[in-house]
Amino acid sequence: MTESIIGHRTTRIDGELKLTGKADYAADHNLLGQVYGYPVPSTIARGRLVGLDLEAARQSPGVIEIIHRGNFPALQHSDNNPACGSEGRLFHSPNTMAEQNKVGEARLPFEDDGIHYEGQYIAMVIADTFEHARAAARLVTARYEEEKAVPGLFQTDDEGEEAGDEAVSRGDPEGAFESAPVKFDHTYTIAMETHVAMEMHASIAYWDGDRLTVYESTQGVVFQRNAMAQIFGIPPEKVTVIAHYIGSGFGSKLFMWPHAVITAVAAKMVGRPVKTVLSRQQNFCSAGNRPASRQRIRMAADRDGRLKSIRHDSQNETSFVDAYTESVGSGTPRVYACDNVSVSQRRVEVNHGTPTSMRAPGEVSGSVALEIAMDEMAIELGMDPLELRRRNFAERDPSADLPWSGNHLRECWDDASRRFGWEKRNPEIGSMRDGHEIIGWGMADATWEAMRSHCKARVELRADGKVQVACGTQDIGTGTYTIVAQTASELTGVPIERIEVKLGDSTLPAGPLSGGSMATATVLPAVAGATRDAIEQLKQLAIADGAPFEGKKADALTFESGALSDGNRTLSFAELLDKLQRGMAEGEASAAPGDEQDKFSFRSFGAHFVEIRWDPGISRLRVSRVVSTIDIGRAINPLTARNQVEGAIVMGMGMGMFEETEYDPAGNIYNNNYADYIVPVHADIPDIEVELLDNPDFNFNEFGARGVGEIGITGMAAAISNAVYHATGKRIRDMPIKIADLIAS
Amino acid sequence: MRNFDYQRAGDVAEATALHGNDHSADFIAGGTNLIDMVKLDIMRPERLVDVNRLPLTGIESLDDGRLKIGALVTNTDLAYHERVLADYPVLSEAILTGASTQLRNVATTAGNVMQRTRCPYFRNPARPCNKREPGSGCGALEGINRNHAVLGTSDQCIAVHPSDMCVGMQALGATLTIEGPGGTRDIPFEDYHLLPGDTPEREHDLNDGELITHVTLDAPIDGARGHYLKLRDRMSYEFALASCAAVVALDGDAIREARIALGGVGTKPWRSHEAEAALSGQPATEETFQKAAEAAMAGAVAHRDNAFKIPLAKQAIVRALATVTAQS
Ligand SMILES: Cc1cc2nc3c(=O)[nH]c(=O)nc-3n(C[C@H](O)[C@H](O)[C@H](O)COP(=O)(O)OP(=O)(O)OC[C@H]3O[C@@H](n4cnc5c(N)ncnc54)[C@H](O)[C@@H]3O)c2cc1C
Ligand code: SF4
Repeated sequence: MTESIIGHRTTRIDGELKLTGKADYAADHNLLGQVYGYPVPSTIARGRLVGLDLEAARQSPGVIEIIHRGNFPALQHSDNNPACGSEGRLFHSPNTMAEQNKVGEARLPFEDDGIHYEGQYIAMVIADTFEHARAAARLVTARYEEEKAVPGLFQTDDEGEEAGDEAVSRGDPEGAFESAPVKFDHTYTIAMETHVAMEMHASIAYWDGDRLTVYESTQGVVFQRNAMAQIFGIPPEKVTVIAHYIGSGFGSKLFMWPHAVITAVAAKMVGRPVKTVLSRQQNFCSAGNRPASRQRIRMAADRDGRLKSIRHDSQNETSFVDAYTESVGSGTPRVYACDNVSVSQRRVEVNHGTPTSMRAPGEVSGSVALEIAMDEMAIELGMDPLELRRRNFAERDPSADLPWSGNHLRECWDDASRRFGWEKRNPEIGSMRDGHEIIGWGMADATWEAMRSHCKARVELRADGKVQVACGTQDIGTGTYTIVAQTASELTGVPIERIEVKLGDSTLPAGPLSGGSMATATVLPAVAGATRDAIEQLKQLAIADGAPFEGKKADALTFESGALSDGNRTLSFAELLDKLQRGMAEGEASAAPGDEQDKFSFRSFGAHFVEIRWDPGISRLRVSRVVSTIDIGRAINPLTARNQVEGAIVMGMGMGMFEETEYDPAGNIYNNNYADYIVPVHADIPDIEVELLDNPDFNFNEFGARGVGEIGITGMAAAISNAVYHATGKRIRDMPIKIADLIAS
Repeated sequence: MRNFDYQRAGDVAEATALHGNDHSADFIAGGTNLIDMVKLDIMRPERLVDVNRLPLTGIESLDDGRLKIGALVTNTDLAYHERVLADYPVLSEAILTGASTQLRNVATTAGNVMQRTRCPYFRNPARPCNKREPGSGCGALEGINRNHAVLGTSDQCIAVHPSDMCVGMQALGATLTIEGPGGTRDIPFEDYHLLPGDTPEREHDLNDGELITHVTLDAPIDGARGHYLKLRDRMSYEFALASCAAVVALDGDAIREARIALGGVGTKPWRSHEAEAALSGQPATEETFQKAAEAAMAGAVAHRDNAFKIPLAKQAIVRALATVTAQS
C-alpha cells in the first residue's frame, strides 16, 4: 500500500492553471456575436421611479437595446398561477421556490416602480462593447419621487418583525437571571459588511431556441439552473449553468441576483449572447451583504462561574423586498452548558440591498457578542476567561438531547493556550508593555455547525489510463478540485496527476452549493461511492466471457495502484480496457446524510488566542499574533484547510477592526470601493499559527471530515475586542473597533 | 466613461500648444488619478494631451544645493533617488507610505501634486458637490465626513487634500515651475494649492493650458533630520487620517530650526508655521512638542465624524518630533 493521500498536504491541482491565467472564470468567456450589458442603478435610496429618459442613451454609439420596466416581459406571480407557466407568460416570481432554487432577492427586476435601495437596477443598456454600454448607461436620466429613506438599523426606532422560527427557549432564563448573584445586560452591534470577493459578479447568457446557457460566477450551478428554470418556466434540463472557476464568493454568490435574470432576458430580447460584469460599486449594492446587527445579551452566573442564564435577543437588517433572517443567536444555546437560555431574532427593514449569507452567517455575529460577554463575565467574577469557559464546557449538546459526535474544545484550549503562552498573562489591565506599546491578550472560542447535504458523482476509469471524476458542485477557490482528486487517487491508487476533475457545470451529476462548510462532507462520500462503483464495473467487465479474468469471482479480484489482480496476473485498468476494446468503466453514486443525524450532534469547535498592540501615543491598534487550534475532524488536505482557517482569521480581523459598509443619513452608500471599504492588507496580518487537530469524525462520514470554511472567522473579532480590553480597559461592544473609540483626547 | 480624443506631445511647447486654453482638454501623465475619475464619470475631458514623452524625467542637483525634479519623474524614482534618500529622507518616506508599489511606479511628480480629493461625494456624480459642480451643495457637510479636513475648511467644502508626497515637499520648501501660453513662471509650493473658501472648484494656481515642468526642492537645512509619520486605520494602502512631516535641526538640545507639515487633516498640504514658531529655539522635549501640536491644531474645526482627527494629528506631530529628535 502506498501512503495515504487523504490527510496529506497536497498542492492545488488547478494551481498552475490559475497562475498562468488559463483557468476560465465566468467573465473570461467570449461567445460569438456577444454583446454587453451595463446596468443603470438607482441613485436614490427610496421612492418611486416616475420617468426614464432613454433618448440620449439610445442615440449613443453601439447601443442595441435598453431594458427597463416598460419593455421587460411581464411577471407571472405563481400565487395566481399554481400551474406555473400555463398562461404563457415568461416569468415566474421566485416567491414559491422550492429548496434547491433559492434566489438572492425575491423581488424580480423591474417588478414594481418602487425604489427600495440605492443601486437597485432601473434599466440595463445593451451595446456592442462594454465601453459603449457603460457610456450609454451614464446618459440615462431618471425622474424619481423621493421619500425619506431608512438608512440603516442604527438610524431607526423600528423594532422589526419577529422571526418566529429562530426563537429558542429552555428552562427559566428570566427567573434564573433574577436570582443569580452575578449578571449584566449589555448591547452589542456589528456594522454591515460586504463580501468584496476579488472576482466581480458576472453573467453571460445565451439562448439556443428554448435552451438557456449561462456562465456565472456562482457558488451553486445547480441552484442557479433550477432558479432560472423556475423563473423562465422551462424544465431544468433546458438550462445549463457553468462556473468552472470562481474568484471567491464568501456567500455572495450562493444565490442568484437580479443582474443574472436581466442578462438572460436581454439575451432573449436581442437574440445574441449578452455579457454583464458588475462594477465594483454595483457589487456593493445589489449582490448581498452581511446585515448590520444589534444584540442584547443578558447573562448571569453563580460565583463559581457557572452560567445560570443567557438571553440573547438580536435584530438584523433586511431589505424592503425580501425577508432575510440572520440567525445570530443560533450558536448560543449550544456552545456552553447552561440550563436557562432563550434566543430571539427580529428583522428590521432598511433601504439597503437584500442581505445574504456571508462567511459563517449568523453564528459569527452571535459569537462576537457571546464571546465578548464571556470575557465580561470573567472580569465580573475576577476569573481567567479561559477558566470560565472550562467551567461551562458542554459535555453534550445542551440544545438537543444528543451526545456530541466529537467535541474536542478542551484539546483546542490546551493546545492553543500552551502555544500562545497564556499562563504568562498578567490579568491586570495595561500591565504588559513593550516600548511605546501596551500589549493585550484576549481569547475566544470558535464554533460552527457541521452540515451535510445530498450529492451525486460520476467516475470514469479510462482506457488512456486516466480517471475522471465529475460532480455538479464547484470550487470557489477553497480547493475542492484537489480534495476530489485526492479521494479518487486514494481509492484507485492512481497518482493524482492522472486524475481529472470536472466541476462547475450543472449538466454533471447534481452537487451541492459551495457554502455552509458542507461541500467536503457532502461531495467526498459521493465521489468515493462512484469510484467504488467504477471499480466494480471494471471487475464485471474483467470477468465477463472472453475477458482476461473470465470465470473468476468479482470479489476475488483486488484493485490496487490502478491495477486489477487475481493473485497471479495483474493488469492495469488501462491495459484491461484496451484488451476489452472499451473506452471506459463508469461508476455513479449518490450520497446523503443518514440516521447519524438522529444519534449525534455534529459541530466543530476551536479557540483563538490573540495578542494586540496598542500604541496610545499614536492611537495605533494592530494584531501582532494569533494562535488558533481548531478541530474539524480530519483535514482532507491540511494545506488548503489551513489556508481556509488563516483566511477566515484575517476576515475576522476585518470584522473586528476595519470592515463597515457605510450609508449616510440620506441612505446612500458612502464607501463602495476597495479604497474606502477597508479590509486588512498584508501589512496588517501578523503571524497566524493555526493548528488543526486530527480527530476524524467517522460518525459523520467515512472520511471523518467536517468542513473548514467558516469556523475560523467565528470568535475572532471578540478575541480582538477582549485583548483590547486587556490592554486599554476600554470595553468595545461595537464592531468594528475604530480609532475614535480608543483615542485618548 | 465617455469617448475622448487623444493626442501625444513630444515636447513642452507642443504640449502647451496642443492643450491651448481649451477647458475641455486635460494633460495625462501616469493616468492613475485621471483615468479613475474619467471612469467614475466625474471628469469628462473631450481631449487628452499625453505628456509622457516630454523630456521631464530627470532629477538634477543645482549648484546652490537645490534639487530640480522633472514633472514626469515617477514617485518610485523620486523616493529612491540617492540625493533624496541622503538629503530629503522625509520626502522619500512620505512617498513610500503612499498608494502601492504598482501605483508609485507609474504615478508622476506633477500628477501627484495635481491629484484630487478622495471625498466620496466628489467622486460620485449623483451627489451634490461644490467642488465638482459649484453651487450644488456639499454632500459631506451633512453626510459622512470621517475622512474630511479639520484645517482650512470653509462652509462650501471640507475635502481633504490626499497627497503624502506634497506634505513632504511642504515641509522641505519647494518651488514649482510652470510653463504656459504666457511663458514660464515660478511659484512657491506653499502658495500653489488654494484653500476652498467660496471657490472650492479652484484648487491650484494653474491656468488652463499651463503645465508643471519641475518641482525644485529648497537646499536642505544644514544638519536637519526628517521623518514622516502617517496614521490610518490599516498599516498600508490607505490615505492618511493624519500625518506629519517633521524636519528638525538641533543645536545641542535646543531646536535651531523646525519644519512641520500635515497631511490628512487639511484642505491643502498643510504647513504649520504656528507649530514651527512654537518649536524654534525651544528645548527638544515632549513638552515643547505638545505645545507645537496644540499650536498646529488651534484653529481646527471638526464636523460630525472627524473630531478624532484633531487629537490624532497632535499625536502624529508629537511622535514625529520625538522620533526625529531621538535620532541625533
Ligand atoms: C488606489 C490608490 C491609492 C492611492 N493612495 C495614495 C496615498 O496613499 N498617498 C498619496 O499621496 N497618493 C495616493 N494615490 C494617488 C496617487 O499618488 C496619484 O494618483 C498619482 O500621484 C497621480 O499621478 P499620475 O501621474 O498618475 O497623474 P494623472 O492621473 O496622469 O494626472 C492627475 C492630474 O494631474 C494633471 N497633470 C499631470 N501631469 C501634469 C503636468 N505636468 N502639469 C499639469 N498637470 C498635470 C492631469 O491633467 C490630471 O488632472 C493613490 C491612488 C490610487 C489610485
Ligand atoms: S467636501 Fe468638498 S469635495 Fe466633498 S462634497 Fe463637499 S464640496 Fe464636494
